[in-house]
Amino acid sequence: MADSALDQLKRSGRIVVVGASLAGLRAAEVMREKGFAGTLTLIGDEPHEPYDRPPLSKQVLLGKADAEHTLLPRRRDIEAEWRLGVAAIGLDMAARTVKLADGDEVPYDRLLIATGVRARPWPNEAEGELAGVFTLRTREDGAGLARALAAGPRRVLVIGAGFTGSEIASACRERGVDVTVAERGDAPLVGALGGVIGAVAAELHRENGVDLRTGIMVTGLEGDSSGRVRAAHLSDGTTLECDVVVVSLGAQRNTEWLTGSGLGAGPRGIACDAGCRAFDLRGIVTDDIYVAGDVARSPHALFGYQFLSLEHWGNAVAQAETAAHNMLSESTDRRPHLWVPAFWSSQFGVNIKSVGVPSMGTEIMITQGSRAERRFTGVYGYQGRIIGAVTFDNARWLQFYERQIECTAPFPPPFTTVDRRADGQRPIPADFPDPSVPTHGPTITLSGYSPADRRIATFTPAGH
Amino acid sequence: MRLVVDLNRCQGYAQCAFLAPDVFAMHGDEGLLYDPQAEAAQRERVAQAVAACPVQAILVDELDLAATAPAAATSSGEASDG
Ligand SMILES: Cc1cc2nc3c(=O)[nH]c(=O)nc-3n(C[C@H](O)[C@H](O)[C@H](O)COP(=O)(O)OP(=O)(O)OC[C@H]3O[C@@H](n4cnc5c(N)ncnc54)[C@H](O)[C@@H]3O)c2cc1C
Ligand code: SF4
Repeated sequence: MADSALDQLKRSGRIVVVGASLAGLRAAEVMREKGFAGTLTLIGDEPHEPYDRPPLSKQVLLGKADAEHTLLPRRRDIEAEWRLGVAAIGLDMAARTVKLADGDEVPYDRLLIATGVRARPWPNEAEGELAGVFTLRTREDGAGLARALAAGPRRVLVIGAGFTGSEIASACRERGVDVTVAERGDAPLVGALGGVIGAVAAELHRENGVDLRTGIMVTGLEGDSSGRVRAAHLSDGTTLECDVVVVSLGAQRNTEWLTGSGLGAGPRGIACDAGCRAFDLRGIVTDDIYVAGDVARSPHALFGYQFLSLEHWGNAVAQAETAAHNMLSESTDRRPHLWVPAFWSSQFGVNIKSVGVPSMGTEIMITQGSRAERRFTGVYGYQGRIIGAVTFDNARWLQFYERQIECTAPFPPPFTTVDRRADGQRPIPADFPDPSVPTHGPTITLSGYSPADRRIATFTPAGH
Repeated sequence: MRLVVDLNRCQGYAQCAFLAPDVFAMHGDEGLLYDPQAEAAQRERVAQAVAACPVQAILVDELDLAATAPAAATSSGEASDG
């Protein structure tokens, strides 16, 4: 039999991965596992080998691990050509080349884009550059903030009470550092988990000595004569003295380098099909360009084929594995990325986990435990089916609800559960904020409409 | 040695913290904290934890695990065993 194009690609093709982090590394490992013997180039603008980010807001801030010590383990040798510390600045889809900041052009037969997201900076640039003002996304951010906390600041201000902001506040308290959290929404975590759970999160903050201020915006930061931050001005007219400020306002997708390339990339990410193949601007799927991780948005059958963008560790791994598999498969052997979203966080000693898309839920029912004990399972309902679940120190139930979500089981759950309490007898409104009002960023973004909806859609990203 | 725990999988049953207490520790009732770069001297214990984890949530460098075999070359450039 004649050598197929796929065999040739596997034997001597060129695969380029842009974005040398979690998704990029995992994809590279899978490609080699599947017998790809050609040239594999990993391009990353950070000067480091792929490292893990979740410990940055946990172990690292607690002083239990160094930010430099979070390199990801290697499951196998990937024999890659590493181009680290150099950004990709352009893509020529016709010539199949990636242009680098140092002037080089790297040709590819298959391209995987895994450029992730970056922290949304403080909108006032001069204020954001004051010494003592941080964001938390990179290893350098983590090292700098850990140093600042170890130095014993008088007060830390965290702007934004999403997962990362809450974890930072939690680390401060564990280290005995005074911390104020300012959140525009009504409670911590409301964008991701709704107001019912947000209220529990707010109590957690306060019980642990966080000065939590909700419904409040920081209007400006003020520095001293040496350029160090010394105070913040709040929308209620008060001034707060603080010597460390952490801006934790969600993330922006790293897609600017694709401007003008003709790829369907923008501030909302890079649209791709369920097989991780990128769309071009005309909505036509490409054959040779794949996307994975935080930068991707892809349709999911379980959620009405809406486009999901997830800023979740597990999604980066699973999508990278699917993309790598599909890049090296005949079209009949390709797999869809149908991962059920899952996420964990750890704050104030409580293990918080979620599956599905809670933010799609309109109702919630506490099916196990109780909120007062900070140990419970909350199940989210959407149009009569189970769409998501969250646990506080109750993770062993999560797998069960994951399967319920997968099989579109009815909501409220018709069965009785062990450990059901009085406050879990019936569903209550989940109390999500109006999606057009921006919060700190939900970490799951739904966009697009289900084919069942008869609407003409024009999108205006809220507020940015 | 580099390691990472897939905390989506982890069920918090603390097998690892029992077997390699210098690397894994429970944080609260069911949260897990771990040292992402364990000392080389912990290799044996970490290997036991990897094997004992009921949900196979712990990922370690392939090269490092291989290096626990006596004949393996020490190519990883790490600090020597204590
Ligand atoms: C502090 C923190 C805590 C977190 N905690 C959790 C948690 O508890 N649970 C959870 O599920 N998830 C958590 N996450 C999210 C998780 O880390 C991400 O989902 C994951 O890192 C996504 O991987 P990725 O490879 O898609 O993108 P990224 O990790 O963002 O990697 C993208 C890489 O591409 C590089 N890049 C960007 N543009 C270019 C370019 N033009 N050229 C070359 N390189 C480029 C970037 O610098 C970066 O290195 C956390 C994230 C942070 C920051
Ligand atoms: S043994 Fe596995 S499941 Fe148990 S705590 Fe450790 S990592 Fe988690």
